[in-house]
Amino acid sequence: MTEILYLGCASAFIVGLRRLSGPRTARSGNILAAAGMLGAIVITLIDEAIVNWGTVGLGLAVGTGLGAWAAIRVKMTAMPQMVAAFNGFGGIASALVAAVVVVESDLSDLPGETLVTILLSAVIGSVTFSGSFVAFGKLQGIITGRPLLFPGQQYVNGVLTAVAVGFGIWVLVTGESPGFWALGAISLLIGVLAVIPVGGADMPVVISLLNSFSGLAAASAGFVISNNALIIGGALVGSAGLILTVLMTDAMNRSLGNVLFAGFGTGEGGGAGTMISDRPVKRANAEDAAIALAYADSVMIVPGYGLAVAQAQHAVRDLADELEGRGIRVHFAIHPVAGRMPGHMNVLLAEADVPYEQLLDLEQADPQFPQTDVVLILGANDVVNPSARDEPESPIYGMPILNVDRARTVIVVKRSLSPGFAGIDNPLFYNEKTLMYFADAREALEEVVAAVREI
Amino acid sequence: MSALVVGITVFVLATFVGYEVITKVPPTLHTPLMSGANAISGITIIGALTAAGLGVGSLAQMLGFLAVVTATINVVGGFLVTDRMLEMFRRPARRAGGQ
Repeated sequence: MTEILYLGCASAFIVGLRRLSGPRTARSGNILAAAGMLGAIVITLIDEAIVNWGTVGLGLAVGTGLGAWAAIRVKMTAMPQMVAAFNGFGGIASALVAAVVVVESDLSDLPGETLVTILLSAVIGSVTFSGSFVAFGKLQGIITGRPLLFPGQQYVNGVLTAVAVGFGIWVLVTGESPGFWALGAISLLIGVLAVIPVGGADMPVVISLLNSFSGLAAASAGFVISNNALIIGGALVGSAGLILTVLMTDAMNRSLGNVLFAGFGTGEGGGAGTMISDRPVKRANAEDAAIALAYADSVMIVPGYGLAVAQAQHAVRDLADELEGRGIRVHFAIHPVAGRMPGHMNVLLAEADVPYEQLLDLEQADPQFPQTDVVLILGANDVVNPSARDEPESPIYGMPILNVDRARTVIVVKRSLSPGFAGIDNPLFYNEKTLMYFADAREALEEVVAAVREI
Repeated sequence: MSALVVGITVFVLATFVGYEVITKVPPTLHTPLMSGANAISGITIIGALTAAGLGVGSLAQMLGFLAVVTATINVVGGFLVTDRMLEMFRRPARRAGGQ
């Protein structure tokens, strides 16, 4: 009977995810999934003959308080690090479940298959935890977003992995628990070392992959305690994370291995970067930008991470409203890897009440550039870099880009000429149809809106 | 079939279901998808509750308590933050006269 009830909860997850396929049904889908979760919790509390009610109750209360506090306070611009942190907590929870089983049982009595799932749960959960919190630190600016590389990094990772496997085998063969704790500690270290060499611009891939891992950790925990609801829920999340990971690496035209191990953006191989930096650019101010925008028929706005950093989502909506009020067609072109997690820009623009009909993805937006009068680029860089199309030597060659240089005029709002995270110079900035407006995105937009109103 | 084989069967089938369901989610909802899926991965809370509720020794209780806290943060925070985002997506988007 309990099994059937758990199956009902797992079904709620599936239907809930299914309802995420449209903006109008999505909210009810999330609520349905949450209801499934609540059901699963209640079933467990009733069915498991809980003895330590104090521990359980206090844990639930503390967790609810902390989780709700974080979820309500977080700014939409900080969503990538918030998801990374929640993900890390989920991972360590799975590892702790395995740890409790290890403390409570004599490992040599457990069947080999249970031991394997205990170890998997601990390893995947620990890697997810430490990796997620390194990603959190990078996104929050606590540690540098640049790739951190040291000589022999690959060898260190290789040796650590081999040692971890060794400890795993030791536990399986002898059933001695010290090997379990050593394995957990090494897994934590591997999680840290796996994420520090990844640069900020590659974070959408890492966040997606860690998301997938937290699902696999939950599924492993499901095998440990023989519960199908955990296995189904974990498998769903595992595939969600994997699909998004593949979408992101495809959008960068790079392999997963390249993203994780190449230390992209350290400047190696990007030697072309400094060669053209001293070329002249056309500078513009708010009035120049306002004139170009106000006399256009069609405007395409390309937001990037700079928009999130500057908290400029409301300012950009003001500009879009002002231009639409003048009868100008305004759309937003959103590259799949714009921002720091998949769909990051869409969330920010939704927060500012930009109708999602105005948001175009790469395939929808790209054919429109030749008929677009003005493209306004707000803190995006690599996703509009024409070297990805024109220069086979470029490290980002082959990455699908928004071909903004096919529009009549391009205005780039950027704080300085410095290259983006990938460390690659952008020929677009020196194009004769490009106006460079050096400013913080929000201040620039506020000034442009004021200037447009003057016209 | 042993419990392990049943578990693996369920896992593989659920992975395929997940693939079919999730490929239908449009890019504009990928962030809420990720945080919502992340909240679902907090289903490990079932294991945490069992572990904390039945633990005998003090170390087991301590670890179980931490498992419940972290899993609950994942579940409650994940669903709440997803709801906050989706509420923005569902708001009436039409603004008369661009206002």
